[in-house]
Amino acid sequence: MDKIIVGLKRVVDYNVRVQVKSDGSGVETDGVKMSINPFDEIALEEALRIKESGAATEVVAVSIGTSESQQQLRTGLAMGADRAILVTVDGDIDPLSIARVFKALAEKESAGLVMLGKQAIDGDNSQVAQMLAALWGRPQATFASGVTIEGDSARVVREVDAGLETVEVDLPAVLSVDLRLNEPRYVKLPDIMKAKKKPLDEMPLADLGIEPGPVIKELQYAAPEGRQRGVTVDDVASLVAALKDKGLV
Amino acid sequence: MTKVLIIAEHDGSALNPSTAKCVSCAAAIDGAEIDIAVLAADTTGIAAEAAELEAVSRVLTIERAENEKPITAKLAPQIAAIAGDYSHIMGPSTTFGKDLMPHVAALLGVNQVSDIMTVENSHTFKRPVYAGNAIVTVEAPAGSTVVATVRVASWQAANGGNSATIAPLDAAAELPMHTRYVSLESAASDRPDLQTAAKVVAGGRALGSEEQFGLIYQLADALGAGVGASRAAVDAGYCPNELQVGQTGKIIAPDLYIAIGISGAIQHVTGIKDAGTIVAINKDEEAPIFEVADIGMVGDLFQILPELIDAVN
Ligand SMILES: Cc1cc2nc3c(=O)[nH]c(=O)nc-3n(C[C@H](O)[C@H](O)[C@H](O)COP(=O)(O)OP(=O)(O)OC[C@H]3O[C@@H](n4cnc5c(N)ncnc54)[C@H](O)[C@@H]3O)c2cc1C
Repeated sequence: MDKIIVGLKRVVDYNVRVQVKSDGSGVETDGVKMSINPFDEIALEEALRIKESGAATEVVAVSIGTSESQQQLRTGLAMGADRAILVTVDGDIDPLSIARVFKALAEKESAGLVMLGKQAIDGDNSQVAQMLAALWGRPQATFASGVTIEGDSARVVREVDAGLETVEVDLPAVLSVDLRLNEPRYVKLPDIMKAKKKPLDEMPLADLGIEPGPVIKELQYAAPEGRQRGVTVDDVASLVAALKDKGLV
Repeated sequence: MTKVLIIAEHDGSALNPSTAKCVSCAAAIDGAEIDIAVLAADTTGIAAEAAELEAVSRVLTIERAENEKPITAKLAPQIAAIAGDYSHIMGPSTTFGKDLMPHVAALLGVNQVSDIMTVENSHTFKRPVYAGNAIVTVEAPAGSTVVATVRVASWQAANGGNSATIAPLDAAAELPMHTRYVSLESAASDRPDLQTAAKVVAGGRALGSEEQFGLIYQLADALGAGVGASRAAVDAGYCPNELQVGQTGKIIAPDLYIAIGISGAIQHVTGIKDAGTIVAINKDEEAPIFEVADIGMVGDLFQILPELIDAVN
C-alpha cells in the first residue's frame, strides 16, 4: 500500500466541561482548550505504526475546517505524519460533505486506507467513515480495536455490542477506530521543530468541486436535565433499607 | 404522508429489543405508518416477533444467504433499493445501527440524524451532543428522506399483541464481495443483557484485577442484575469490552445502577443519565459520581461488597 489518509478534527478538549451558551446558539468555545479529537489521534497512531511496519509508504493528515485547524495538523505532523492537507471552510460543514471531501482526496491520492475516528466528541455523530465507504464503494470496518494488514486486505477486530467481531476487508478500505486500538505516542520537542518544515497545503472546499447540500439545521442548544445529588448512607444496612424503600431489592 | 421503515436488528434467529424501541420512536411521529424490514438468511422467527409489535403495519422480509451476518456493505444497498416509498428510515443507535444507517444515508444522498431522544415533529428531533453535556434540537430538510438512528435508552419498548402482515420482498441489488465476516468472540453469560437489564451492577478501575472484579458478578447475581464496567476497568482487562458503559460504550437506562469504584467521569455518566436510581460506592467523598447518585456510600468497596452481597442473599 502506498498512502494512508488520516482525518484529524479540531474539537473541544475532552477534559473541558462544556457549557451551553446562554442564547442557545451553541456551546461556549471562547478561550476553551481545543485538541485533536481523541479517536482521530488513535487513527493517526495506527497509521504511523502501519507505515513503520513497512506496509505503507506515506501518511497524509487531513483536516476540514477553518485555518485554526492548522494547529491540530501541526500536532499530527509532529507525531509523524509526512504531510498535511487543510480543506478550508467558513463555518460548520455536514458529515456527508466531509465524506465527499475524503472521497475526492482518497481518489486523488490513490489511498490504500482512510483512517478516521469512530466519532468526534463534539457532535458525537459517528457517520463520516460509513458515508465515505458508501460514496467510495469501498469496504468499511468501523469501531476497530485491532488492525492487521495482510497484503491486499486487512483483518480488523471490531468492538460491537455482542463482543469482538472480526472482518476481513479488501484494500482500499475505510476504517473507523475505537479507543482500545492503541495508545498514541507523546510528541517530543525536536519533532515539533521538524514538523514546522513539513508541507501543509491549504485548499478551499470549492477547489474540490464540492458544494454542501441541504444540511440538518441546529435550531437550539440546551443544557441537559441535571440529576440531583441524593442521600448518603453510612452502612450497608441503611443502603439495603433505602433500596427496599424504593422496591429495588 | 409519513411512512417509516425500521430496519430490524437481530442475531440471526431472534429480534433484538432495540427494534421495539425504534417502533416507539417512530410511533411518536403523528400519523406515521410503520413498516419493519427484516434482512436475514432465515427471517421466519424474527419476522413473527416483529409482527407482534404495536403500531406496525407490515413486516417486510428480505431473505438472502448473504444476509446471514450483519455486514453493512451487503445490507445497505438492499435497504437503499426499497427506500423509495418511505419518508423516514430508522435504525437503533446500537453498534449495528451506527454501522449501517449512515451508509444507507449516504447511498440516499442525505445526512443522518443520530441518536434521536425525542420527536418534536416529523422533521424535528432532540439529540445529545458533547457526551450528553448539551441537547440540540435539529431539523432535517423537508423534501428529502429522513435517515435516523434512535437512542434506545430514551425509549420504552413498544408493546406486543399486534399481528401485522408479513410479506416477502425482493430487494434487487448487487452486493459487493469485498467485506467478509470472519468470527464473533462473545463472553456468553446467563446474566441479564446489559442493554435491557432492569438492574445493573458496574465496576471500575478500583476493582484492581480480573479476579477481584468477580465481586461485581457476585453482587449482580445476588440481585439478578446485569454487569457493566467503566472504560478503565475494560482497558485494564478486568472484564470484556462489551460491558463498557458510557459515551463510547453502551448508553443504558436501568431502574437501578450501582457504580462501584467508578469516579464518574462525564464520558461514563453520559451512559447512565437516564437510569432510575443511581447508587455509588466510592472511598473518595469528592468523587464526581456522587453528584449524580441518588444514594451514595463512602467507603472501601472491599469491605462493603462482601457485606452487601451477604445482606442481599
Ligand atoms: C473520548 C473518550 C471517551 C471515553 N469513553 C468512556 C466510556 O464510554 N465509558 C467510561 O467509563 N469511560 C470513558 N472514558 C474514560 C473516562 O474519562 C474515565 O477515564 C474512566 O471512566 C475512568 O474509569 P474509572 O472511574 O473506573 O477509574 P478512575 O477514574 O480511576 O476511578 C476509580 C475510582 O475508584 C475509587 N476507589 C479506589 N479504590 C477504591 C476502594 N477500595 N473502594 C472504593 N472506591 C475506590 C476512586 O476514589 C476513584 O473514584 C472516555 C474517555 C475519553 C477521552
